[in-house]
Amino acid sequence: MVDFWQIIQNAAVELISPTTAAYALAALGLAIHFGYTGLLNFGQAGFMAIGAYGYAISTLTLGFPVWGAVLVGVGGSIIFALILGIPTLRLRADYLAIVTIAASEILRLIFTTNSLDAVTGSADGLSAYKGGFAALNPFPKGTYGFGPFTMNEYDLWVRVVGWTLVILGGLLAWQLMRSPWGRVIKGIREDEDAVRALGKNVYFYKMQSLIIGGVFGTLGGMIFIMPRAVVPANYATTLTFFIYTILLLGGAATILGPIVGSMIFWVLLSAVSGFVARAQAVGWFPGMSSVQAGQTRFIIVGVVLMLLVIFRPQGIFGNKKELAFVK
Amino acid sequence: MSSNVKPTRGAPVKSVNLHIGEIEPGVPKVDPIIVADHVTRSFGGLTAVDVAHVEIPRNAITALIGPNGAGKTTFFNLLTGFDKPDTGRWTFLGKSLAGIPSFRVARLGQVRTFQLTKALNLLSVLDNMKLGAKGQKGENMFVALLPWLWRKQEEANEAKAMELLGRFKLDTKAEDYAASLSGGQRKLLEMARALMSDPTLVMLDEPMAGVNPALTQSLLDHILDLKTQGMTVLFVEHDMQMVRHIADWVIVMAEGKIVAEGPPDAVMSNPAVIDAYLGSHHDQDLGVDPHAEETMHALKELLDDEPSS
Ligand SMILES: Nc1ncnc2c1ncn2[C@@H]1O[C@H](COP(=O)(O)OP(=O)(O)O)[C@@H](O)[C@H]1O
Ligand SMILES: [Mg+2]
Repeated sequence: MVDFWQIIQNAAVELISPTTAAYALAALGLAIHFGYTGLLNFGQAGFMAIGAYGYAISTLTLGFPVWGAVLVGVGGSIIFALILGIPTLRLRADYLAIVTIAASEILRLIFTTNSLDAVTGSADGLSAYKGGFAALNPFPKGTYGFGPFTMNEYDLWVRVVGWTLVILGGLLAWQLMRSPWGRVIKGIREDEDAVRALGKNVYFYKMQSLIIGGVFGTLGGMIFIMPRAVVPANYATTLTFFIYTILLLGGAATILGPIVGSMIFWVLLSAVSGFVARAQAVGWFPGMSSVQAGQTRFIIVGVVLMLLVIFRPQGIFGNKKELAFVK
Repeated sequence: MSSNVKPTRGAPVKSVNLHIGEIEPGVPKVDPIIVADHVTRSFGGLTAVDVAHVEIPRNAITALIGPNGAGKTTFFNLLTGFDKPDTGRWTFLGKSLAGIPSFRVARLGQVRTFQLTKALNLLSVLDNMKLGAKGQKGENMFVALLPWLWRKQEEANEAKAMELLGRFKLDTKAEDYAASLSGGQRKLLEMARALMSDPTLVMLDEPMAGVNPALTQSLLDHILDLKTQGMTVLFVEHDMQMVRHIADWVIVMAEGKIVAEGPPDAVMSNPAVIDAYLGSHHDQDLGVDPHAEETMHALKELLDDEPSS
C-alpha cells in the first residue's frame, strides 16, 4: 500500500528546508530584477554559483573565517553584476538576457574544468567547508523539533540562519520598493525613456537593481550549500528556470510571492516524487521503471504549474488588476 | 523691447517684439532660451534635421509646425539628448548642451513630453506624478531604507502632485493605475508629471493629439498658464486653430529645415509656409497625403479668418 502519511511528512519537511530558503532568496533577487525593474536576468544560477564557490573556495583554499568567506561571495557577485551590466544595461533589454545566460554557463564550465581542479574540485566539486559555520552554532548538541520537523543542532542552525536571511531580505526589498527609489525602479520597468525624461539616471538605477538582486542570489547560493556539497552540475540553466517558475508562481512583483512560491514548489515536488516513487514500487504504474518514475515528478509538477499559471497568471500574491493591462 | 506678459482672463495676451531685426528663418531673439547652430541628423540617406540657426524666445509660447516627417520630433529628441546629432551645437540658458545625456538635460530644467504618450501604466497616477519631482532624497538607495529622512519631502511632493492633478481634473483618478486613463487623460498626466519638476522650458510633442475636444480648452489654458508662471513653452502641433490661439511665435519646419518663422498671423499668410505644407507632397504621384490636405484646409480657413482677439 502507498503510505500517504509518509509522503505528506516528507513533503512537510521541505516547507522550512534550507533549500527552500535558498531558492526563496534567489527568487526574491529575481523579483527585484524582473518583477520590479524589468531586467531579464537569465543568469541567477551564476550568482548562486558565485555564492557557493566564493564561500567554499575562500574557506578551503584561503582559510578565511565565515565572515570573510561571505564577503568574498558578496564581493564576487557585485563584480559579476558590474561585468554583466556595464556593457548591456545601456542596450535593449534582450541583450542582458543573452549575456546573463551565457555568463552563468561560462562560470559553470570554469568551475567544472579539470585545469582548476586544485581549487574548484572540478566536476566532483567541494565539501568540508562547513566547519567554520558549524562552529558558530549557538544550539547545543541534541535533537530539536517534532514530527517531520525533527532535526539535529546543525540542521536547526542552517534553518535559523537561512530563514532569518529570507525574512531580512524580504523586509529590505519591501522597504526599498515602497520608497521613492522603488518608484524609480518600477517606472523603469514601465518605460525607461519616460523616467529619463524626468531627470533620473536610469542606467545607474538598473545597475543598482542588478547588484542587489544578484547579492540576494549569492546569499541563497551560500545557504544552498550548507546542507550539501558544492557540485557544479547544480548551477546549470535549469536552476535559473526553476527560480523563474517559483517567481511566477508566487507573483513576480511581490515580496511574499517568491518566498511562498518557493515553499509551494518544494512541497509539491517532494509530494509528487514521493507519490510516484511509492506508487511505482507497488505496481500502480505497470510498465514504468523506477528511473522513469524519478523523471515523472518534473512532468507532473510542470503540468500543475502550467495550470496554476493559466488559471492564476498573476501568481498567488500578484494583483489581478495589473494583469488586465499587460501589453 | 522685451516680451511683456500680463495674466488675463479671456483672450490670451500675446508676447510681442520677441525678435531683433528683419523676420526671416533664424532671426535672433531678444531673450533666447535655446540657441542652436548647424544641427543635422540623418538616418541613412535621409536628412531628417538640418537646422542652420534657430533661437527660441524665453518666457513665450513657441509653436513648431510642419508637415509629417518634417523632422520636428527628431529635433526635439536632439535638443533633449534622446538622440545624437551628426553635427551641430546648441545652448540652453547659455550652457552648451551637446553631448549631455537626456536625464541631465531634464535636471537642468528642460523637460519634454513624447508624441507617443509615455504614461507609466502599472504605477498609480499619483506615483506617476511623484516620480516627476526633482531632488528626492529617498531616490538614493541607502536613504530609501531610512524613511524618516524622506517622509516629509514625500508628503510635500504628494501635496504638490494633488494640487497639479486637481488643475488637470485628474485628482479623482489619483489612486488608479495610469493604464486605466483614456488617451487624452494620459496626455494630461504626462504634461502634469513634467510640471512636477518646476521646469524652465517645457517641450510638448503634439500635446493635443487624441485629446477629447472637451479637454482641449482646459489644456490650452494650462499651456497659457505656464507662460504666466514664467516658464517657456515649445510645442509641436498640427491644429492651426490652436497654434494661432496660443502661440506667440511660430517656427515652420519642412524636410528638416526651418523654412519660416514669425508671429502666427504673419507666418500663416507666408507663401513659403503654404508651399511647405503642399510642396513636399506636390511632386509625389501617390496622391496627396490626407493629413496634408487636412492641414491645408485648416490653413486656408485661417487665412480667410480674421484674428479673433
Ligand atoms: N529612428 C529613425 N530611423 C529612421 N528614420 C527616422 C527615425 N526617426 C525619424 N526618422 C525619419 O526622419 C524624418 C523626420 O521624422 P520626425 O522627426 O518624426 O518628423 P515629424 O515629427 O516632424 O513628423 C521622417 O522621414 C522619419 O521617417
Ligand atoms: Mg513628430
